Amino acid sequence: MIEVQGLTRTYGTFTAVDNISFSCVPGTVTGFLGPNGAGKTTTMRVMVGLTPASSGKVTIGGHLYKDIPNPGRHVGVLLDASAQHAGRTGREILELGATTMGLPSSRVDEMLELVSLTPTEAKRRLRNYSLGMKQRLGIAHALLGDPSVLILDEPANGLDPAGIRWMRGLLKGYAERGGTVLLSSHLLHEVEQIADEMILIGNGKIVAQGDKKTLLAGAAAKGGGVHSYATALDNAALAAALTAKGITVAGAGDGLRIEAESVEVGRAALEAGVVLTDLRGGEGGLEDLFLELTAETQREAIS
Amino acid sequence: MSATAVAPATIDLSGTQPTPFSRLLRTEFRKTYDTRSGLWLLISIGIVTALVMVIQVSVAIAQDIAVSYNDFLTSTTFSIGFLLPVLGILLLTSEWSQRTAMVSFSLEPRRGHVIAAKMVVGILFAIAAVLVTLALAAVCTGIYGALSDIPADWDFGIKQTSFFLLLQVIGMLTGFAFAALLLNSPAAIVVYFAYSFILPTIFGIGAELIGWFADIHPWIDFNNAQVPLIDGSVSGEEWAQLVVTGIIWLVIPLAVGIWRVLRAEVK
Amino acid sequence: MSAIHTLDVSGTAKTPFHRLVRVELRKSYDTRAGFWLLLSIALIVLAAEIIVLAVTTVQDEAIAFGDFIGVAAFLTSFLLPVLGIMVLTTEWSQRSAMVTFSLEPRRPLVIAAKALVGVLLTLATVAIAIGIGAVCTLLYRLIEGHADWTFGWPDMFAFLLTQVLAMLGGFALAALLLNTPAAIVAFFVYKWVLPPLFFAGAALMGWFDSLRPWIDFQSSQEAIWDWSSSGEDWAQLVVSGIVWLVIPLAIGIRRVLRAEVK
Repeated sequence: MIEVQGLTRTYGTFTAVDNISFSCVPGTVTGFLGPNGAGKTTTMRVMVGLTPASSGKVTIGGHLYKDIPNPGRHVGVLLDASAQHAGRTGREILELGATTMGLPSSRVDEMLELVSLTPTEAKRRLRNYSLGMKQRLGIAHALLGDPSVLILDEPANGLDPAGIRWMRGLLKGYAERGGTVLLSSHLLHEVEQIADEMILIGNGKIVAQGDKKTLLAGAAAKGGGVHSYATALDNAALAAALTAKGITVAGAGDGLRIEAESVEVGRAALEAGVVLTDLRGGEGGLEDLFLELTAETQREAIS
Repeated sequence: MSATAVAPATIDLSGTQPTPFSRLLRTEFRKTYDTRSGLWLLISIGIVTALVMVIQVSVAIAQDIAVSYNDFLTSTTFSIGFLLPVLGILLLTSEWSQRTAMVSFSLEPRRGHVIAAKMVVGILFAIAAVLVTLALAAVCTGIYGALSDIPADWDFGIKQTSFFLLLQVIGMLTGFAFAALLLNSPAAIVVYFAYSFILPTIFGIGAELIGWFADIHPWIDFNNAQVPLIDGSVSGEEWAQLVVTGIIWLVIPLAVGIWRVLRAEVK
Repeated sequence: MSAIHTLDVSGTAKTPFHRLVRVELRKSYDTRAGFWLLLSIALIVLAAEIIVLAVTTVQDEAIAFGDFIGVAAFLTSFLLPVLGIMVLTTEWSQRSAMVTFSLEPRRPLVIAAKALVGVLLTLATVAIAIGIGAVCTLLYRLIEGHADWTFGWPDMFAFLLTQVLAMLGGFALAALLLNTPAAIVAFFVYKWVLPPLFFAGAALMGWFDSLRPWIDFQSSQEAIWDWSSSGEDWAQLVVSGIVWLVIPLAIGIRRVLRAEVK
């Protein structure tokens, strides 16, 4: 649905986006992941024609954005929830959008309801909105035209935990009904729970892409290794059983860090008759991968 | 969720009409009054216009000075004469200062249409302001005729009125053109006022001192070229001067400005 | 936890005023908009003086050092108030007031620092204008063979004072309105629209004619240029100054001190 082909955007000698290509498929949520300043926003701005590309192109549903008539009815866009007139009320902002798209006022009420902004809140001016409220309003604005494609830049920014969970459900449901979602984030855990497909970007280049399993497998292959964490009533016995199988084990807090998938640990525990109180797959695998792949662009050195 | 597509990977646009201009116009019109600052600008244009005329009529009656319908129109130099250009400027620049251009141009990527809609809204406001002014002037002339010993002078003419309208539309569009060129409210307002208050002085001095400059002066001073419109009679050469100066001060900045907006990266 | 946790502030000195001034001075030129405003003031003065020099030498007109200063004064008297306005209003339009007032909650000090920066920049402008004027007069002498250096200390002082008053006039309107476009429009109304209205009113009405000198701040400033001005002239300057400068500034500052900063 969204096709990015060889997209490059340079500013003088600085290359913000460096020859990237990817696509987003209908019925899926694509997570666009990268540290601050990796080029996510620039890519999304090029998608909707706000920034001209230096080379390459982006098509949405086979069209350039500028060729889509009444684009609000096909593509929902949220790039910066704060980029609205501070003196307008939340409701008025949606009314303006609805007028441009040719939608009835009732659609505004539906959207306000959908993003849980009360009528009183909707009457307040944007200047008095919290970041989370602005974000909800921005999502409402993006969904206003009932589009089949959603492009959201850091939509979870400023939302409270309940809000993040709500948004996750909203986007999942939207994709299940056949919609295409591209959302960006710099927080891995925000994306990995809803994204079917992930695109990792660093320094303007795509460093990895695929679903979670593929990425993890890639991480294992790269030598980062799959690992898991386990705590047992008898840690020593579990460690001995695992070591006997040739698996590396190390102490980690109250438990053990094991260089194997959790299924191997469970099997070893069953065979050794050790009671496990906690067993987790190495979620950190993805996190490590993310940090590692984007290491050159990270502002902080990774210890 | 599997990756198999449940919806076609292309968007079918056959059922979608392009956003009609009338709808853009409605949106842009609404944007002029839906913020407190916008609403107050409109209200103060009305209040200042009325205030100037009320002062004018009360002074005229108290001092037994003869004023005509047209004198009331002329006094708007102090009200809509300089506030309409400010409206023209803010119509455009507020999209940049408030960063709403990002939303406007995502919903209508044909940026030229958005700018055209803004310009038409500005012209509509100029027409509305002129209508209100004509009505206020009529009321003031009526009051003057009723209360003063001097009979009211209704020197109302279609030509005069259309010149007055043209004058106000030109004023608004000049502000709009500077705004398009600079895309920054304070800069556009300062440049506009410098153009309308300071430049005539400098042009005048220049024309007095330098012979050849006196010859080209009528062909480059847009303010000066508008004076025949105020006086109500424009000769053929004066129309030509109005057109030439208008190209310099209105068409060129507007063209360069629009060219810039169409290409600009919107942040 | 039984211990009372108090913040030990005994070792921290209050933010000294000169540091606030330094920060505010820096803010006036560290953005593109601010930098260009300052640069364009200098460039406009320079361009105007060059044109004046070219015209007078080509036409063999007589011109004095003081005339060059007069040209500069005419231009800066409308550019400096814009500077005075922007020094204050950008804090609101860019919402940086939130940061500024959290780092220095004594808001009057911040405003005072801004006003002082305005005055310092005015002084710098005046110095540059005088420098450009001097160079132009010198060039005039080289070309024409003679020059008129008439420009006394009283003129210098008057130039300086009128420019500072002009800048503060903008600053006061800015404090009152806290909105860049509104303050600039209000300033130009005050500067260009009001004087003709005042004169028209004075010409028509006797009572207004006697009142006008006391409320027309711009024409009462002429007293500064003329040292033979009477006591009444000075009194009119003070009264109209209170009307147009002190009152808006007082109301504006009161508003800033109480405002919720968003």
